[in-house]
Amino acid sequence: MNALFSQAPILAIVIPLMGAPISALFRGAVLPWAIATMLSAASFWFSIDLLVHVNTVGPISYELGGWEPPWGIEYVVDPLSAFVMMVISGISTGVLLYARESILKEVSTDRLGMFFAAYLLALAGMMGITITGDAFNIFVFLEITSLSSYVLISMGERTDRRALFAAFQYLVMGTIGATFILIGVGLLYAMTGTLNIADIASKFDAIAHTTPVRAAVGFLIVGVAIKLAMFPFHIWLPNGYTYAPSIITAFFAGTATKVSVYLMIRFIYTMFGEDFSFGEIPLTSMLMTLGVIAFLSMSVVAIFQDNLKRLLAYSSVAQLGYMTVGIALASEMGLIASITHVFNHAIVKTGLFLTVGAIFYMVGSTYIKDLAGIGQRMPITSFAFVLGGLGLIGVPLTPGFVSKWYLVQAALERGDMVGYGLTIAMLISSLFAVIYVWRVVEVMYFRPAPEGAECKEAPLSMMIPCWIFVIAIFYFGIETSVNIGFAEAAASFLMGGAK
Amino acid sequence: MFFEHYNYWIFVILLMIGLYTVMSRSNLIKKMIGLSLFQTAVFLFYITLGKIEGGTAPILMEGEDVLYSNPLPHVLILTAIVVGVATTALGLALIVRIKETFGTIEEDDILRMEDEQK
Repeated sequence: MNALFSQAPILAIVIPLMGAPISALFRGAVLPWAIATMLSAASFWFSIDLLVHVNTVGPISYELGGWEPPWGIEYVVDPLSAFVMMVISGISTGVLLYARESILKEVSTDRLGMFFAAYLLALAGMMGITITGDAFNIFVFLEITSLSSYVLISMGERTDRRALFAAFQYLVMGTIGATFILIGVGLLYAMTGTLNIADIASKFDAIAHTTPVRAAVGFLIVGVAIKLAMFPFHIWLPNGYTYAPSIITAFFAGTATKVSVYLMIRFIYTMFGEDFSFGEIPLTSMLMTLGVIAFLSMSVVAIFQDNLKRLLAYSSVAQLGYMTVGIALASEMGLIASITHVFNHAIVKTGLFLTVGAIFYMVGSTYIKDLAGIGQRMPITSFAFVLGGLGLIGVPLTPGFVSKWYLVQAALERGDMVGYGLTIAMLISSLFAVIYVWRVVEVMYFRPAPEGAECKEAPLSMMIPCWIFVIAIFYFGIETSVNIGFAEAAASFLMGGAK
Repeated sequence: MFFEHYNYWIFVILLMIGLYTVMSRSNLIKKMIGLSLFQTAVFLFYITLGKIEGGTAPILMEGEDVLYSNPLPHVLILTAIVVGVATTALGLALIVRIKETFGTIEEDDILRMEDEQK
């Protein structure tokens, strides 16, 4: 282990964190973007390093400032956190590669320094939530992420003034969610006298029956559920995703809610332990019910949207329902499905939002009625959208199929009526997905383009990252050893590590 | 029951007043006030957690065996106060921009204008 690598856990966070004020100092269209891209790529590189190390050597515990846990803050890199970090920084880097031309059209040039500063802060916050082993630290990083994401969403005001109110709505919901988490952490501290997650977990069983702890569990679950946009707390997500600048939608679709899924898994499996979460309190039936309602109802709602970005946003809430169900199944197979779906949905949805961004760049609208004949006007972009849509539906050879396959297996593993019901519900929801993707494809390919519409593709700097994501969709759909392999390692670590 | 733990009761009451204000008011400024109240209630909760009856400020004194309050929740809440201030500032900044572009800060009016824009 060389000197640089021994500091990798902190570097993956500090590089984007320190990059933010640097980026804010620069003016112009290129420099802030270049800084953000390079730093995000560096963070990605460290994350891959950590992921490989964790899966070959073992988990890493990094003591901040040399203070021994549980007194000092501890960064824990285990198979799950390393995997999620890799997803976050990877998506962020991919989106930034695409960002340069796209953002020039949507945010005024003199604000770009600040814009990318907020972007880097959001990235640093999300990486921090994932890596930290300290319960209060989670809240701090959560607020760093949230505050910068309110700013980023409101930056869409130049194209649509509704972005401002969407950001405000998200601010209210996000603050309530984060404050709930704060109350939960406070109650746990009152009962255990520690903030270190591993330390809380080791003391949890002895106090699990007390009222404050039950209240703490309730506050933490609801708080994370708001941040996760779990049905019925999803109200902020469609607005936020619809009016944010294209690259921000793509970035958040792949990362923000995924971090909350990670937190949910971390709280339920590591902190509370599955015996308590699924035995003592009825989390399985609660989360499963909400998850099923989420993917059924939100898929139906998605069918009736007239704005492409809003359609994809509702589909995101539905997909988060699958992840919730995977967690609620309380089995290793269910966890594998959930964790794999975090990765799979991140690349599929980000890829789709990037192609939508390219369409918006050329057409200036994301309303489905304005997309007539896009298939002839922008054939390469439209084809990328169709391939991404296949991934969203879960057609074989795409990652969407892989995670649904695992989820169905996990459901059937239960062997009871609930499992069969779940399988049928998932099939129905997939059919709804076929409908909403087809609705868009139909308009794109089979409606004549309006008179005088020019045939032109988006710039190459946008098309190449789009296609990187599309190729990644098929690569990880066929060669599943990466996503499934790491997800299996993470799931077995969680189940084995649980007391 | 009430007077024994009245700090915690006040925390709960403040929390609920704040949450109710956020949900029931249409005026965005009033929503922000409710949100601030909601966060402030949690500050009170943390401060109460650290307080020990008869305990003094946690300053190390030589030779004496003094009872002092737990400083950790107080330090934690300092961070949360900063977060609260930042949230309020950002929320108010957004309200200013909303007022500039929509010409109103009533949620009902804004939602109606958004519907008409479709």
